[in-house]
Amino acid sequence: MEALTPVIAVLLALAIGAIMLLALQVNPATAYAALADGAFGSTFAVAQTLVKATPLLLVGLGICIAFRGGVINIGGEGQIIVGALATTAFTLGFPDAPLLVLLPGGLICGMLVGGLWGGIAGVLKARFGVNEILTTIMMNAIAVQLSNFLLRGPMIDPKEIVSGTLLAQSARLPETSWLPRLIPQTLLHAGAIFAVVMAVLVYVLLWRTVLGYRIRAVGLNADAARYAGIRVPVYQALALLLSGALAGLAGAVEVLGVSHRMMEGVSGGYGFSGIVAALFGKLHPLGAIPASVLFGSLLVGADKMQRAVQVPSALIDALNGLVVLFVVGSDILVRRRAQRRREQEPHA
Amino acid sequence: MVFPKTPMAQLPTGRDRIEELRMVGITKRFPGVLANDRVDFDVRAGEIHALLGENGAGKSTLMRQLCGLYKPDADEIHLNGALRHFNSPADSIHAGIGMIHQHFMLVPALTVAENVALGLSSSRGPLLDLDRVSKRIDELGKRYSLKVQPDAQVWQLSVGEQQRVEILKALYRGAALLALDEPTAVLTPQEVGELFKVLRQMAADGHALIFISHKLHEIIDVSQRVTVMRDGRVVSTHPTAGSTRAQLASEMVGRPVILEYEKKPYAPPVVGEAPRLEVDDLWVRGDRGRDALRGVSLEVHAGEILGIAGVSGNGQRELAEALTGLRPVAKGHVRVNGRDLTHASPLQRIAAGQSAIPEERMKDGVVKDFSVAENLILQDHGHAPFSRGGFMDPTAITRESAALVKGFNVKTPTLDTPTKNLSGGNIQKLILARELSRKPAVLICAQPSRGVDIGATEYIHQRLLEQRERGMATLLISEDLDELLALSDRIGVMYEGRLMAVMDRAEATLARLGLLMAGVSS
Repeated sequence: MEALTPVIAVLLALAIGAIMLLALQVNPATAYAALADGAFGSTFAVAQTLVKATPLLLVGLGICIAFRGGVINIGGEGQIIVGALATTAFTLGFPDAPLLVLLPGGLICGMLVGGLWGGIAGVLKARFGVNEILTTIMMNAIAVQLSNFLLRGPMIDPKEIVSGTLLAQSARLPETSWLPRLIPQTLLHAGAIFAVVMAVLVYVLLWRTVLGYRIRAVGLNADAARYAGIRVPVYQALALLLSGALAGLAGAVEVLGVSHRMMEGVSGGYGFSGIVAALFGKLHPLGAIPASVLFGSLLVGADKMQRAVQVPSALIDALNGLVVLFVVGSDILVRRRAQRRREQEPHA
Repeated sequence: MVFPKTPMAQLPTGRDRIEELRMVGITKRFPGVLANDRVDFDVRAGEIHALLGENGAGKSTLMRQLCGLYKPDADEIHLNGALRHFNSPADSIHAGIGMIHQHFMLVPALTVAENVALGLSSSRGPLLDLDRVSKRIDELGKRYSLKVQPDAQVWQLSVGEQQRVEILKALYRGAALLALDEPTAVLTPQEVGELFKVLRQMAADGHALIFISHKLHEIIDVSQRVTVMRDGRVVSTHPTAGSTRAQLASEMVGRPVILEYEKKPYAPPVVGEAPRLEVDDLWVRGDRGRDALRGVSLEVHAGEILGIAGVSGNGQRELAEALTGLRPVAKGHVRVNGRDLTHASPLQRIAAGQSAIPEERMKDGVVKDFSVAENLILQDHGHAPFSRGGFMDPTAITRESAALVKGFNVKTPTLDTPTKNLSGGNIQKLILARELSRKPAVLICAQPSRGVDIGATEYIHQRLLEQRERGMATLLISEDLDELLALSDRIGVMYEGRLMAVMDRAEATLARLGLLMAGVSS
């Protein structure tokens, strides 16, 4: 029953969405059929869904680690951006390096710098007790401005200067650094497989390693962890760092797999949607896989729906918002009810 | 049963007496638990009826139904022969039933009179009638020797005085029947004596009293009848006279119980042997920045249990926290095995051979959402055999935790069961298993049997004595004097952050400890 809660939440959100569609004098059945068709109707559609699901999954995995460690990472956007910047800088810096250096090197750079971005918030929390929600959000703003500066200055594509269009984007990455395509004629790239492998690795990290044990202990009961001699701030900081590293990896995968260059808007809201995907997956790395596919399909299918039934794009945002609201809300509701049941039970 | 239609006899408060309250076949089910199973219970005017049972036996559930907090699944409550339903606390208060909860329901910043009048309508409409309330409190106080100043602010009062305010509050509201939930838990032995005087006076005046407790000697001392509950059922109801502690205890637990432990005599330390734990002039600040410990010095030798008595809130919690590295030390020294650990982290203390049993086991002792196995390795997960090279070894964890669960008699369905599903006693045994399996040199042990059933308490006590014989030095902080007297080799009493006196077990009597707990040192 409890496993079904998120599914019911999504259905309820779609039901409210149907009312909104009716108010716009659109047939909800047609609209939702277009949505499903857009997300899963063809090989290309499925591939698109998976392309969107990939960064969602990577960010979501990071969120799993952070939330399991009792820290909240709202900085996915910024971490994606700096990860993507670092990957771009590395691959453009060594364009002639062989694939075996360029691709792993690019991915690692994205992870490291994303981890650094999350780690800064972690250290601030550990050393000075600064609230990580605030710092991660502020680090988002810093990342956006840093990207603006670099893409208009040092990292701008020289061709943009020559042509005078001055679009804020980097040069195209060397082809040796691209993630290989999985299905020809589609954008689906090896990053999708990579993300699933990461999900398994994060599962192993959380439940099979000392580090994961400590992160979970700290997240579930910091008092008991401290009493048992675990250095709580260290593991909170590490959880934020790992969380940032996975978001940075998402940025790396986006530039190496999809856009093949750094440009504005590379984070595409994944830093926030990834949180929802992780919550939808019950903060379990393997649960995050289907959750990411679902939210990826909503993103892709909504495009099709918008075109098919001519609804304003604001409605698509509203629909996404409803799903988020219902999923997170149902989670809170379930937890509250469980707690009330516990309190009702006789004690003392 | 038919009662004569003559006017009821009145109490000195002017209220009608409750001649008889009968609860018949009370059944209350919670998800997965039958908390009350066809419980019959009755109390009459003029008697003190004790309700005895372990935690979870269903006493509180029964009382909550009496005062309208829970609705019974099947119920029949007869008041003076008439069937009544209590759908809310207001119903039951109106019927003359008062409840004194274990945790006082008082507003500390208000005066006694204000607390008593709180929630009642004033006799002067929109204007306050606190002068009349005060007058009435004085009258009631005189009648029942419940001395309190109506204009004193509650936060200034001692715990015993606050309890008197609670009783006055109930009397003021016209309670003819008073149920007291563990009223002695927070009192010194002297205060217990005074409370019993008040209760006897009230019974003599025709009040009906329900006295809930798990302290056997108090029940024998104060009650006329006793009802013993176990696992939601009534085991027996009989007159208290002639009952022995051993008999009541075995009724409560369902098997014979050991009340006195066999204990090898304590051998005083060899001259020149260094104590295992030395605390020297320790000063520690409390949560509000005031000095909670004011120069505490003590030493515990190998093979010794030093008991620390005291009314809650006199620095015992801060002492335990300072010794386990949770609370910074302002001044003074702490040495374990001769090593200075005054400012050491919890990790360094564990490495130095110190174990600890925390007062708040659900907060500090276990991660309640972790499995039993995961909680058993909370300190030792970082090294062999539980992990190698950063990776956990599930086989070794299962093997070792299965051995600990068996060795310490922890009752759990599986090793993967979430710890929160275990009973308080089994969680405490789990913590004990973890802490003692390291064969510590020093154990800081706070309130080991609080909220723990008798069976588990007995088991925990014997394990502590076993470790004492092995040579462990134990600092036992407890508010349960029976526990301290049963286990300790020496006993100290804390009062307002100071260690009043440390005496040999043989010199420690309830009366002497009680005076020291109240701050009387001579």
